[in-house]
Amino acid sequence: MWSILANPHRFLRFSKLAIPVLALLGAGLFAYSLWQGLFIVPTDEVQGGHIFRALFIHVPSAWLCMGLYVGLAVASFIWFIWRHELADVGARAIAPVGAAYTALCLATGSIWGKPTWGTWWLWDDPRMMSVLVLFFLFIGYMALRAALETRQKAARAGAILAMVGLVNIPIIRVSVDIWASIHQGPSVIRAEGPAMAWIYLQPLLIGFLGQGLLVGAIVMMLMRAEIFGQQADALIARRLAGREPL
Amino acid sequence: MRTAPYLSAFRQSLSEAWANGAGAFLPLGFFAGTSILVPFTLGSESDVLSGIGLGVLWLALALASFVTLERVFQADLEDGALDLWVQEEASISLIALVKAIAHWLISGLPLVIFTPLLALMLGVPEDQVLTAMRAYAIGGLSFFLWGGVAAALAASVARAGLLIALIALPFYFPTLIFGALALQDGLGNTPDLLLVASCLFALGVAPPAMGAALRLAAD
Repeated sequence: MWSILANPHRFLRFSKLAIPVLALLGAGLFAYSLWQGLFIVPTDEVQGGHIFRALFIHVPSAWLCMGLYVGLAVASFIWFIWRHELADVGARAIAPVGAAYTALCLATGSIWGKPTWGTWWLWDDPRMMSVLVLFFLFIGYMALRAALETRQKAARAGAILAMVGLVNIPIIRVSVDIWASIHQGPSVIRAEGPAMAWIYLQPLLIGFLGQGLLVGAIVMMLMRAEIFGQQADALIARRLAGREPL
Repeated sequence: MRTAPYLSAFRQSLSEAWANGAGAFLPLGFFAGTSILVPFTLGSESDVLSGIGLGVLWLALALASFVTLERVFQADLEDGALDLWVQEEASISLIALVKAIAHWLISGLPLVIFTPLLALMLGVPEDQVLTAMRAYAIGGLSFFLWGGVAAALAASVARAGLLIALIALPFYFPTLIFGALALQDGLGNTPDLLLVASCLFALGVAPPAMGAALRLAAD
């Protein structure tokens, strides 16, 4: 399936149709989950009263930023092995979206943490540290690409960094887990099944799906912009070389 | 296998450090300076210092690697040594490993050797000194390996010091966490074993990544 989309022209045709569909569907599902989360579900006093409604932004953003980093590394791997240019365009487009989602996850987590745990930031919480590390991985990736002169060099160096980052994530995860935790245990993905009541889980999962579709649409829009930019560069180069009329 | 390129890379790294004027005393001055600043910034009470002394030295080790990483591969790129190694069909990964180890010897090992003195100045309990020396030696090698990956990726970037520090930062986390906990729990406990394991992992993963990044810089 991916090798079919590796053709930029085919991708441009596909994304032209897919972006509005994904964006509208995603925005609708996201709006539904926000409406449910903000007005319909009852408050949870254990999790700090109304502030727990941050859950419907915080948890999907945490899942998405991890998923986006894996996407970045997989796109880098595909580009590194098969040199599909579109995979690099994708990796480049994922990075800023991923950085924004890690920042969103950290910000909503802090805002939620202040009333419930009494502090904005906890240095000994493994999940906060993992997301912070992820934030630095995204920022470092973007800074490295921006510093290298040619697109080809930026793509190669970025791909190496993204893959080295991915193989390090389990170790970083183990290290921050060992760093003692006072965070609540995982409550959705567990062997015994979700501990969360369905009334909370249903809008959460729908919101995750909606934000995921929105992210897909945003990444594809950024990819289209990058492809158009490359085509414009090629056109300017051809015209400057005198092969096409100005 | 011809060993000449690797030996010359190793010798060149060491002699560059010696030729730098102060030689091996430069990193030593850095470590001493960092430790001397601590009592002024964090208070000179002996119980404060003995509690944080070993952590301060971890910080000094990480900072020392940041300061020196910029030059690890840039000189080879500028004077053409890297191109020669590529032409000789030497394993760039192995050369990068040799250079990372050489830089660990130059900028990391002085801290290990002078830990007893610095620990004395900061009032660290004597029974922790040997554990700390071993942890600094192993953790320092991890720093220079992961930092070497960042330095190799940014080898063709001018004034890359801050960029290298930013890229390397996430990879320093496990070593710092395992290292700090290993000093609390002592030899042979889980964090200590994980510190060694993560260093072995770095020895396996970092050289191929450095090699790929240096071949890119040589293009």
